[in-house]
Amino acid sequence: MNDVPAFCLRQVEQSRGDVRTLRAINLDIPMGEVVAIVGPSGAGKTSLIRLLNRLDDPSQGTVMYLGSPIESIHVRQLRRRVAFVFQTPVMFAGTVADNLALARDLAPPAEDARATAMPDAGEMLRLAGVDPEFASRDAQSLSGGERQRVSIARALMTSPDALLLDEPTSALDPDVADHIMATIRTLAERMHLTVVMVTHRLEEARAVSSHTVFMEAGSVIESGPTEAMFTAPNAARTRDYLVRGK
Amino acid sequence: MSAAITSAAVSNAVLTLRWYDLALASALVLVAMAISVWQRLGLARGFAVGAIRAVVQLVAVGYVLAFLISIQRWYLVLLALLVMLIAATLTATDRQKGRRATLFVISGTAMLVGAGLTLAYVDAVVMRLHPWYDPQYLIPLFGMIIGNAMNGAALAAERLSSEMELRRAEVESYLALGASPKRASAEAVRRALVAAMIPTVNMLMVVGLVSLPGMMTGQVIAGQSPITAVRYQIVVVFMLAGAVAVTSVVVALWYQRSFFTSAEQLVVRSIPSPRSTIAAR
Repeated sequence: MNDVPAFCLRQVEQSRGDVRTLRAINLDIPMGEVVAIVGPSGAGKTSLIRLLNRLDDPSQGTVMYLGSPIESIHVRQLRRRVAFVFQTPVMFAGTVADNLALARDLAPPAEDARATAMPDAGEMLRLAGVDPEFASRDAQSLSGGERQRVSIARALMTSPDALLLDEPTSALDPDVADHIMATIRTLAERMHLTVVMVTHRLEEARAVSSHTVFMEAGSVIESGPTEAMFTAPNAARTRDYLVRGK
Repeated sequence: MSAAITSAAVSNAVLTLRWYDLALASALVLVAMAISVWQRLGLARGFAVGAIRAVVQLVAVGYVLAFLISIQRWYLVLLALLVMLIAATLTATDRQKGRRATLFVISGTAMLVGAGLTLAYVDAVVMRLHPWYDPQYLIPLFGMIIGNAMNGAALAAERLSSEMELRRAEVESYLALGASPKRASAEAVRRALVAAMIPTVNMLMVVGLVSLPGMMTGQVIAGQSPITAVRYQIVVVFMLAGAVAVTSVVVALWYQRSFFTSAEQLVVRSIPSPRSTIAAR
């Protein structure tokens, strides 16, 4: 079972109007690993992870989740199994606890088998590095870092198998970003999650991920174990980017 | 006194306005045009064209009404209502950006349901008209409710469009948690409905205090007892409330669906994912 990748993309293309955002993507995302997607702005990183829980669809090609075509899974069930954390988190009206309860209550009836194991909000807050006493606070009053942690805890309330993070630390101070990264690493280990994280911070990618994908101009240039890519990249363009990014 | 008393000198005497009197009234439009020129508003031409159109349209509708009332044919009455519905639908969708074809169908159906059901209820249950198509009542009543339903439809569609654009991140956050499109856009729909219905609520609050409605004013001027005129007006304002609410809710709930693909992906202005759009079609 472990040989089946969490996500498998074959000949994936995406265009928006005249702009090709993704070009002939062939990529396996291994299950249970933390995968970083790095690359310059406009490389197609966000476009790629939005395909993984069907916030968007490709123009051509196939996306598979755990060996099944992604279209064959009911989209709401897929999105609860593959959670998404946005670059700028949106807090819903109410308290932090309301936000977490809402995520849990959105479970479709078909999910009743999983519902028995629905997570506890306090536990998810703790895992996301938020003091459970925050539960009673107005979600709109939180700082950027607190919002991001709460949005991670909220995403965990759906009991996902995979967690997609779109530049979760880009708007945060370095100290706060480090804490979020430590949280993500802990989460992946404790919950055995497959984590796919878009980042433009190379040090983050190297510190947290076990596998790295380098993208440029809508194409995957190189993909492989993080340490190998950072120490001995195969492609000249990867090498150039890593040197420039240092 | 330029207006002449043409009826007999009874208590219900009605002043009849001659064309000469209307020409004198047009001086007021000239005042509006002069202000526009003075303040460089660029509206003078609009006032002139609007005034001419108003005269032509009202005179035409006057003759059409006179004809319909004299001939009393149900199919001609329904044809007149259909023309009014199409004109209202075109006006309601005129200023909407994009999706015009979709909105035309949605707004037209919503007004047909909202204004049509309301009119049918008042016709059959409240006023119990004989014949049911009596143009003397049906056409003026429909004219009033379709105008308000049109505003409700336009407000609901316009506000929903801007709310969906404004709340894009919120809507996608809901979708990403596995929410249905209906749940994800609930707040946008709610705000669109409030925006569409608030003018009607305000109208109900001030009617008779700040404004005297056209129908009631017309009846009083035409010599009807104010008490009779008030009863008609009460029916009309209740009709407006029902028609606007039903039209707005049909527009908002139906139009909301056009912001999502069949794969429950949000489509706001930006170009949708090609495969999903094709599937959605």
